[in-house]
Amino acid sequence: MSDLITITDAAKRFVKGRETISIFDKLNLTIEAGDFIAIMGPSGSGKTTLLNLLGGIDRPTDGAISFDGARVDKLTESQLSAWRAANIGFIFQFYNLMPMLNAARNVELPLLLTGLSAKERARRVQAALKIVGLDQRASHLPREMSGGQQQRVAIARAIVADPKMLLCDEPTGDLDRKTADEILGMLQLLNREMGKTIIMVTHDAEAARYANRVLHLDKGRFVEQGAMA
Amino acid sequence: MTDFSLVLANLFSHKLRTALMMVAILIAFLIFGFLAGIQNGLDNVGGKAAESRLVTVNKINFTQPMPVAYVNRIRAVAGVDNVSFANWFGGYYQDPRQVIVTFAVDAETYLQIYRDDIAMAPDQRAAFLSTRIGMVAGRKIAERHGWKVGDRIPLSSNIYTNKNTGTQTWDFTLVGIMDPASEEANPDFILFHKEYFNESVTFGRDTAGWIVIETADPAQNGAVADQIDAMFANSPAETSTDTEKAFGQAFLAQLGNITLIITWVVGAAFFTILMIVGNTMAMAVRERTKEIGVMKTLGFPDGRIFRLVLGESLLLSLLGGLPGLGLAALGLSAIREGIGMPGLALAPFWAGVAVLIMLALGFLTGIIPAWNALRLNIVTALGRQ
Repeated sequence: MSDLITITDAAKRFVKGRETISIFDKLNLTIEAGDFIAIMGPSGSGKTTLLNLLGGIDRPTDGAISFDGARVDKLTESQLSAWRAANIGFIFQFYNLMPMLNAARNVELPLLLTGLSAKERARRVQAALKIVGLDQRASHLPREMSGGQQQRVAIARAIVADPKMLLCDEPTGDLDRKTADEILGMLQLLNREMGKTIIMVTHDAEAARYANRVLHLDKGRFVEQGAMA
Repeated sequence: MTDFSLVLANLFSHKLRTALMMVAILIAFLIFGFLAGIQNGLDNVGGKAAESRLVTVNKINFTQPMPVAYVNRIRAVAGVDNVSFANWFGGYYQDPRQVIVTFAVDAETYLQIYRDDIAMAPDQRAAFLSTRIGMVAGRKIAERHGWKVGDRIPLSSNIYTNKNTGTQTWDFTLVGIMDPASEEANPDFILFHKEYFNESVTFGRDTAGWIVIETADPAQNGAVADQIDAMFANSPAETSTDTEKAFGQAFLAQLGNITLIITWVVGAAFFTILMIVGNTMAMAVRERTKEIGVMKTLGFPDGRIFRLVLGESLLLSLLGGLPGLGLAALGLSAIREGIGMPGLALAPFWAGVAVLIMLALGFLTGIIPAWNALRLNIVTALGRQ
């Protein structure tokens, strides 16, 4: 497999008052295309900050981040927006669906950033909802669906524009075990069948089992790496 | 889905709040539309012809009469083509609350000067000129009271006493019906002969309430007016001469300075609405901080987010303002029909001003929330630090 994303000597520091807080320093990571990685670690270890950097919603203080061989950290804000729209699908712990839009319209949102026709957008929305098993709930508002169903809509939204990489921040943190397993199975399927590179931040060891590789982050350093079966 | 439907969905995500804001804006533009319509009515008192005709009144004020001899002296002034005069009768029908605008006039000259305003059948006109106690009434007045040509109508005055009867009532024969001769004209009054008036009043004989003058060249009106007023300077009844339009506006100005009322009422309403809508919009955008953060995460560029938020406030302003303006236009139309004031309408100029104000309102209330949304940091918006 080829390298999809490379982090080289990345540092992230925040200035809070007179204090400078270092989240991590000289962090290195290579993720191959088609990988399914779980990032674990205690609170404050830098998991979410790392995910922010990987998703281009934050920039490293030092170091470089490359995606498909091109530097992401050098892009302007508008270039970063376009890059995110084209390459990254986001799945959040609390789904973050637009409450006033039905499932189909929520899924369609990323497609508004493409030049696709309304007909093609509708076709892709329907296909994405079918993948997550919610094609019959297209007209339902988020409040009319369970947590698991909302997360499935969020997954459909994440994959509808066919991004190369999915970034999942505690995607099952708000779900019961059974529903969580369904969602994780779905992510695994997207990784295995559709070749999506998935990076998942989780506290849940059971969830991490679905990944090919688990990275443990503590105080800004990878302390151990393990390959899953 | 389009950006417009996204704006619409965001705007109506809190239906009650949006509806209340729309009602507030609607009321503001309803008031604006009404006041602008009244202003338009005042600006067009008497129509275009009123700008070229002159009216001479007593300099003290127009309730004070002038000697009727002034009419012939004015007729002799160079540049004067036609002269007529009228007296305010203070008329009402049956009940003092049923006031009817009634003038005692020099019939032949009056109808000549107002030939482009008053339309009447030739036989009725002839009947009016030859009938001493004849009167002609605007069609609306006749219809309102169920009068027909030939009817004997007793009209009363709240000023004069009829010395022949010792009462304040005069008997008239309705000999003609007046219709507007142009769109701007509005003969919603009664005319009767100054001779009948003159021979039966207990006071005020041989006077003219106001003198109407038609000049050969309206461009010379200023000079003619100056000449007339100079002629009666230092006399017991000095005069003031101006265009009929200015006279009409001065008469209506007794109601108050409408322009000033419009400025203050609309200004106060808009300031209040600006504060309410601006604060509510800012609150609505603050509530959606996370949603905006998610949209930015998905790849929506800052400029597009800015346009979406600003579009919301502009749409809100138009959705509230345009129906308000429409209702004002409908209301003005109904009132215009009722009272017969042709200029009482929402002129295109004022409608344009209103739409510009709507856009300005939308812009002013939306610019700060839109700017905040544009500058919103994704990490902060999603609470991801």
